[in-house]
Amino acid sequence: MSVVQENPAVPIPVEIGGVRAGPPRSQILRRDTWWFWPGVQALGLLAFVGYGIWTAFRGDFYYAGTMGHVSSLPSHYLSPFYSPCFVSSCPTDAVWGPAGGIGTVSPALLVLIFPMGFRVTCYYYRKTYYRSFWASPPACAVADVGSTQPGGMRSKYSGETRFPLILQNAHRYFWYVAVIFAGILTWDAIEAFRFGSGWGMGLGTLIFVVNAVLIWMYTAGCHACRHLCGGGLRRFSNAPVRHTIWRRIVTPLNEHHQLYAWMSLIWIAWTDLYVYLVATNTIHDPRFF
Amino acid sequence: MAVGTSQTEGPSGAPSPASAGEHGTASGETLHMQLWRGDKDGGQFVEYQVPAQEGEVVLDVVHRIQASHAPDLAVRWNCKAGKCGSCSAEINGVPALMCMTRMSTLDTASPITVSPMRTFPVLRDLVTDVSFNFEVAKLIPSFTPAPPPPGGYRMQQVDVERGQEFRKCIECFLCQNVCHVIRDHEENKAHYAGPRFFVRLAELEMHPLDTLDRRAYVRERMGVGYCNITKCCTEVCPEGIHITDNAIIPLKERVVDSRYDPVAWLGRKILRRPAPMTAAEAAAHTSAATRGVSDAAR
Ligand code: SF4
Ligand code: SF4
Ligand code: FES
Ligand code: FES
Repeated sequence: MSVVQENPAVPIPVEIGGVRAGPPRSQILRRDTWWFWPGVQALGLLAFVGYGIWTAFRGDFYYAGTMGHVSSLPSHYLSPFYSPCFVSSCPTDAVWGPAGGIGTVSPALLVLIFPMGFRVTCYYYRKTYYRSFWASPPACAVADVGSTQPGGMRSKYSGETRFPLILQNAHRYFWYVAVIFAGILTWDAIEAFRFGSGWGMGLGTLIFVVNAVLIWMYTAGCHACRHLCGGGLRRFSNAPVRHTIWRRIVTPLNEHHQLYAWMSLIWIAWTDLYVYLVATNTIHDPRFF
Repeated sequence: MAVGTSQTEGPSGAPSPASAGEHGTASGETLHMQLWRGDKDGGQFVEYQVPAQEGEVVLDVVHRIQASHAPDLAVRWNCKAGKCGSCSAEINGVPALMCMTRMSTLDTASPITVSPMRTFPVLRDLVTDVSFNFEVAKLIPSFTPAPPPPGGYRMQQVDVERGQEFRKCIECFLCQNVCHVIRDHEENKAHYAGPRFFVRLAELEMHPLDTLDRRAYVRERMGVGYCNITKCCTEVCPEGIHITDNAIIPLKERVVDSRYDPVAWLGRKILRRPAPMTAAEAAAHTSAATRGVSDAAR
């Protein structure tokens, strides 16, 4: 991927630097609480990042199984932050990959790179952090912070045309990996029905199933997915199956991509917290059967 | 906020109390309208006080002010029905059509500001010079179908439907006005088409009969990479076009296909698919280019 020169040889013939209409851009004319949602979203993302760091470095109590509550048959709840668990410290019941696992670091640190990359390059999260953290723009018709002083640090803007933001174009590759992760979390949800050597269902099982469903709703509503499954076609009529997937499944999910982005984010943290609480014997996982 | 002289509506322009009474609720309330007045040499908000009337939109009030206080007020409008795209402005700082913004949706207890679109050069008062958009329009590679097959062109319903949303655009340029790429970084006007034209380009790229490939052109010449998908264009579009989700992101993904995806590149090589059309090839189909050619031929 190369850094490209986007500026064409022939500029659009337009006068730049003339007197513009209305009051200066530094004057915010909006009267509504335009800062409210960007602020809430910034806090939400910070809270999640803070929680994620705590969880990733905890390196323990991410599996509610043999080391969990012992009064009934042990569950198989593996925190989504630690799945797939492939380091040597993973509980034998939950470990993936070559026998005994590889390495000794907190498995979360290795695993989280991929879902993090997926969310960081997600079109929806990009919108959110460009607004809430970069303040570019903080809200519609509110000037980019730093853009109103001529020659200032932030007076120039190149969007996603230069390194590093040009890498956002790799989002579809993170999506491919995210599909694998959604599969793994689905597997974990199936495992959550396992108690001892038999089958059953606890509150945790439900939490895991909801987690897998939300991850799929978020992943399948991805804009890159929408393009790849049919949106990239010029003629839908040539590919009726792809058109149907595009129209009936992916587009309806994509319309609520923001909602599923938040729901799946919150739920994944909650699933981890639940596992932690059960694993530390803080709460008892109610069993339905 | 610079507020200039304050004027109260004189008897001539005052609606009769009876008629206000007939309409009920709003009678007796006074609107404090702060309209931007000015030209190249500077400007300021001027406050006009007019009695409220029921069922009005902002443009009605502006017209009443024009009739009673400010006959020289410059304001552009045409249809009063949200269809011509002339009356774009910023109402309490929010880009919107004056004819489609009901007074009842605004807080009339405090002053209401009406200012011109701040991204474009001033002409006078609420009127701006939007010719930037017309210059970009000349640079859009035109619809280029293959020669008609025997029996004429045929299009399927599913393919026709998709572009319908894009054809609703009324060219109000509110999206161009709100887009921070050019609003806050004016130098980008030289190499950035803006959301309205991404809508147009997406429509052409999804047209079942079109034969051009504008992807390189969209990246290099139209600057789609500058958009950071923060969706303000979608928020202000009076036609409710999902500009970011249905036009810009699909264009960005098409650009990834043609430029940034090594697997797609390899696929083209193995399957011996044609290489993406260059920006220069697409540029030959713009009205700027074709007009240039005919000028030279003359
Ligand atoms: S989404 Fe892109 S085109 Fe639309 S206003 Fe934001 S930066 Fe501009
Ligand atoms: S896309 Fe919407 S906001 Fe932009 S010019 Fe067209 S109608 Fe106006
Ligand atoms: S756009 Fe959000 S996950 Fe791809
Ligand atoms: S006057 Fe035509 S859109 Fe407002």
